[in-house]
Amino acid sequence: MNTLLYTFHFYLFGLISIASAVAFVTRKSPVAAALWLVNTMFCLSALYVMLDAQFIGAVQVLVYAGAIMVVFLFVVMLLNLGQASDVTDMRGLGGRLTAGLVGLAMLAELFALSRIKFPRLTGAMGDHANVVNPISAPLFHEYLLPFEVTSVVLLVAVVGAVVLAKRGPGAS
Amino acid sequence: MYFDLLIPSQLAGALIPDLILIIGAMLLLLVAVWGPETMARARLTGMLAIGVCFATFAAVVWLWHGQATASAGIIAVDAFRWATDCIILAATIIATTLMIDYSEREQLVSAESYVLLLLAAGGMMLLAASRDLIVVFLGIELMSIASYVLSGLDRRSSRGAEAALKYFLLGAFSTGFLLYGIALVYGATGSTDIETIGSVVTGANFNNPLLLAGIGMLIVGFCFKIAAVPFHMWAPDVYDGAATPITAFMAAAVKAAAFAAFLRVWIEAFPGATAAWMHPLQWLAALTMVGGNVIALQQKSMKRMLAYSSIAHAGYLLVTVVVANALGASAFLFYLVAYTLATMGAFAVVIALGEPGERNQQIADYAGLWNVEPWLAAAMAVFMMALLGFPIAGGMGFFAKFYVIDAALHAPHPQTALAVILVIASVISAGYYLGVVLVMFMKPRPADALVVRPVPTGTFLVIYLSAFTLLLFGILPNGFAALARESVPIGMVSSPARAPVAAAASR
Repeated sequence: MNTLLYTFHFYLFGLISIASAVAFVTRKSPVAAALWLVNTMFCLSALYVMLDAQFIGAVQVLVYAGAIMVVFLFVVMLLNLGQASDVTDMRGLGGRLTAGLVGLAMLAELFALSRIKFPRLTGAMGDHANVVNPISAPLFHEYLLPFEVTSVVLLVAVVGAVVLAKRGPGAS
Repeated sequence: MYFDLLIPSQLAGALIPDLILIIGAMLLLLVAVWGPETMARARLTGMLAIGVCFATFAAVVWLWHGQATASAGIIAVDAFRWATDCIILAATIIATTLMIDYSEREQLVSAESYVLLLLAAGGMMLLAASRDLIVVFLGIELMSIASYVLSGLDRRSSRGAEAALKYFLLGAFSTGFLLYGIALVYGATGSTDIETIGSVVTGANFNNPLLLAGIGMLIVGFCFKIAAVPFHMWAPDVYDGAATPITAFMAAAVKAAAFAAFLRVWIEAFPGATAAWMHPLQWLAALTMVGGNVIALQQKSMKRMLAYSSIAHAGYLLVTVVVANALGASAFLFYLVAYTLATMGAFAVVIALGEPGERNQQIADYAGLWNVEPWLAAAMAVFMMALLGFPIAGGMGFFAKFYVIDAALHAPHPQTALAVILVIASVISAGYYLGVVLVMFMKPRPADALVVRPVPTGTFLVIYLSAFTLLLFGILPNGFAALARESVPIGMVSSPARAPVAAAASR
């Protein structure tokens, strides 16, 4: 049963992530494409959690789906690449009604959950308590050099961006 | 000296040259931006950059002379690394010297360019040292990102901007191939350490489709970086659009470093899968040798001609990767020294004769140079002969080609066909190398030809020292050749010892 559920979830998230990736490269509007990429990132983080790498899953959401994609969207919007006609949040009446209903259902769920006392899940936590160690130990021992070199790569990228973008002495 | 690479302090010890270079570059960045942007400051930064390179050079020679060794680990501490480092540093010193003179001529104030040159050299030195695919990737990225920026340094030039963007997009694309290849190889072997990969990839299990796809992707990624046909499309435009000293740097040092990593990965990680990559690499080498030379024949611009010639030379160097043994590695190092000196020297002559705005760089502009600047013409002739591989007049160039052919014929799988193609391609290349010599010596100087400006001291030194070195070691190649023979990757030294163990295990 557990294996079946696992397989089901694997295919669920795997297929959604592949479908989102396909949507990402086929969308015309950059904003829509970026949002599909966020979706892919979320599905990947679900797969990481299924592999017992909860920390990577969380970082994936925070860094990729969160920070990087927000910056990406920010740049897209600053450059005004999204076609105004495509990017609109004014949908039809049905959409608004559905959104309102979903919102109400979630509010009800929150209300119900705060009242009902579920038994706490404790036993299983012990196995996963130490999820950062398997990443941090190799990072600072075995892969110390690549880790440090990454910072130099980032330095070059920053210097390069400034060199290319700064106003030269001759330019007005 | 012995370094245990698992202890961070000793790992730092094994990386002393790289640390001197990178920390020096960071301090230089402060010098570069600490005050108003003036030509004097840029010049000072350039001079200090040369100083940092010499300090690094001293550290490399010290470790090489001390015969440093290390435990198996993420980086190699062997003579192959030190020899490649020396070539990379020499190319960086030459490029920086040329850049100082070139900036003065073009009124290009950019103190940061020297910092980027040093950081690119840092990435190259990591590539020369890497024994782990992760370090290979990071080294390539460090080198490439700095090169993208360097090729677009002169923002007044639209061709420079085109070059930088083209290089960036195609470079990022090829990096994707490389990274995917690394991921697939990791998936197939469970390691990114090339020694471990080498012990897992043996004749029996190389048919794993994951591994084959990974090797294929790695070939594509590396061939983009070394500009082998048919992955060379970016090279002529980038080499043509970038500032000439940067072009020289990319044609010599970037290519050398990518090749050093390519060679080490191929020698140490994939000898067990020879049957899988032998034919693709043979075809790539043959196509690159013939394609680069045939297209170079039709070029009118000196820079473009040298760009295609550097593609052709990538083909000759690929032969040593196909050979993938100690003989190939030492032929590779010897070739790299001759190629770096000749290419750098030829580009230095282009800079000496160029006019502001990168004019006066057509091959036709060199007509009758012998009549007005005999020494400059003679030096250029030496560089062309060296690139052609002509005996005596070409100096080291002749022996470089000789050793590559020798390695190809004496490989475990003799590459007779490639050796024949190499010779034919060299004959084709005579068409344009000797064409330049012909134009310089036989054609009369046109009446409207520009008067050659006095050659700046730095460029002067680069041109004549390169030519002198090429000629000197062309007459006395034995010392250099012996040094190259001893400077093979550490995996080659230990492989005879590993072979009986593998044989015993299979029994």
